[in-house]
Amino acid sequence: MANEGPIITAADLAGHGPHGDDPDARGKFGVFGGRFVPEALIPALDEVASVYEKAKTDEAFLREFDHLLRTYAGRPTTLTDVPRFSEHAGGARIILKREDLTHTGAHKINNVLGQALLTRRLGKKRVIAETGAGQHGVATATAAALLGLECVIYMGAVDCERQALNVARMKLLGARVVPVTNGSQTLKDAINEAFRDWVTNVDTTHYLFGTVAGPHPFPEIVRDFARIIGVEARRQMLELTGRLPDAICAAVGGGSNAIGAFHAFIEDEGVQLHGYEAAGRGLESGEHALTLTSGSIGVLHGSRTYVLQDDEGQTIESHSISAGLDYPGVGPEHAWLKDSGRATYHGITDDQAMSAFSLLARTEGIIPAIESSHALAGALELGRELGPEATILVNLSGRGDKDMGTAMKYFNL
Amino acid sequence: MTTLQTVFAKAKADNRAALVGYLPAGFPSKDGAVAAAAALVEAGCDVIEIGLPYSDPLMDGPTIQDAVHRSLTNGTRIADVLRTVEGVAATGAATLVMTYWNPIDRYGAERFARDLASAGGVGTITPDLTPEESEPWRAASAAAGIDTVFLVAPSSTDARIKAVVDCCTGFVYAASLMGVTGARESVNSAAEGLVARTRAHTDLPVCVGLGVGTGAQAAEVARYADGVIVGSAFIRRILDAPDEAAGRTSISELARDMARGVRR
Repeated sequence: MANEGPIITAADLAGHGPHGDDPDARGKFGVFGGRFVPEALIPALDEVASVYEKAKTDEAFLREFDHLLRTYAGRPTTLTDVPRFSEHAGGARIILKREDLTHTGAHKINNVLGQALLTRRLGKKRVIAETGAGQHGVATATAAALLGLECVIYMGAVDCERQALNVARMKLLGARVVPVTNGSQTLKDAINEAFRDWVTNVDTTHYLFGTVAGPHPFPEIVRDFARIIGVEARRQMLELTGRLPDAICAAVGGGSNAIGAFHAFIEDEGVQLHGYEAAGRGLESGEHALTLTSGSIGVLHGSRTYVLQDDEGQTIESHSISAGLDYPGVGPEHAWLKDSGRATYHGITDDQAMSAFSLLARTEGIIPAIESSHALAGALELGRELGPEATILVNLSGRGDKDMGTAMKYFNL
Repeated sequence: MTTLQTVFAKAKADNRAALVGYLPAGFPSKDGAVAAAAALVEAGCDVIEIGLPYSDPLMDGPTIQDAVHRSLTNGTRIADVLRTVEGVAATGAATLVMTYWNPIDRYGAERFARDLASAGGVGTITPDLTPEESEPWRAASAAAGIDTVFLVAPSSTDARIKAVVDCCTGFVYAASLMGVTGARESVNSAAEGLVARTRAHTDLPVCVGLGVGTGAQAAEVARYADGVIVGSAFIRRILDAPDEAAGRTSISELARDMARGVRR
């Protein structure tokens, strides 16, 4: 874990293996992924793909990215044993990967720094991004400030309200925040609006996509930049425990933190991969974001994947107490991992997540993001199932400072 | 049933461009959509595109988003879209459906192609279906005997234009500008160049859409394109009208103005 040698290498960006291959030339992970976008955007997507192809093996790019991850984002992030929390998981040993300790407070910074450097290589001066919880917006605004890029963030009006603190942070960082008032006024509508901006301003603008969804090459690029989470964790687990974990738990909205945590372990067949979606008020209530666990295959936001949709292909609005998981689609690689059986996906209700949120705070002095609390709640269940000999790695994707408004209301604080 | 081939041959014989009007099904109401489209046909539209309302119209500007949202709120279903097509086709206009891909994907490509043909529809325009992903839809459409129209854009390279026109039957839709649907102050100058580049790869008619909102703009586009596509400008007038009848009167006026414009 010492700061010796680069923390990211070309090999870390490109994971190859039986399940970890890059998507094919059309951006397909099996039947998932691809490009379902207006023809006007195809040249821009081709350009992003080709600039990234060159960058990912370019020494200068890797050096620059490595330098920012180390000296700006605060990598490598540590592992933390949480024995008092683990007592509630039937004694299984739970270990946290502390992405909450990165600069800006969530794993989003990894992808954002990589793509901000790509933006410079694309010769573009303006970035746009969508944000749900606001973490990707804050990270994008941060990187834009660092590299002197103009920055516009699209955020659902409902999310602006529940994440007011993050809106203020983005403004302070010099970004313009545009509240999106159509549709469900959450993440999916912010993505629609960002695409509309992109198709209009594509000559000057890079769409700094925040998750492993969307048209090719975004699922691949965002995954590669988030992949550092698992690359570090794998090394650290071997150092700390002398072996690989029995299971990895991560929350899944669009799926970037989960892919980031899973990907370096895909070839380690003894390591179970568990993704936790937001079950909101429960499957029966209809108010949830159980895309992989209850959705069907369709096309949303430029990609074929699992979608919450009705019998005629209209998107169904999702619900979650956590803005970052409140999304009716999911990255195509997760759809592929689900169908191949390599990863397993489950639902965690608002109440289960909030209970884990408060438990970690009280037992370990760590206030997690509500998104990450879904993975914590999942680990509590999984620990009881796997027994006291098991070691479970949880990706603590973000910290809970931004969630204080929601917590105050929920717990009557 | 009037085919696209008939429409463009006739327009060519008249030495004019064809006029193509767009309206979403279920807007301003289920029956009102057929009446509005009939008014457009009566005023001189040769082709009608019926929009299939979709929850996430990421290529559309605020005007069409608003209309589509109202339509979905009114409970518009694919059966209503097909009924609308049937009603509009009965007026003698060549009638297409314009839709994002997911509703067809979910409904079933073969089933949709068959049901659209049965309703008298002559084809589809699918703005988010790229050539790479279009094979199943082209096969289903060919089997049902309907046309497949795809879009080229000012950003399209010549190689992309070729790939797109190779998938098109009926006509090619040239997006006049980089952006979403909606009327603009002027028609983008890139449109003429795009039409010329497209003609280098196909003998199909090339129609220009996005940003055309006045008779004068229609006349300008008709100088170099085989068809002029108008959507948001009609919808804006319907949205601004006090009732459906007034909306029809208003779009008839505009359509007549445009029909004069396309007669160069």
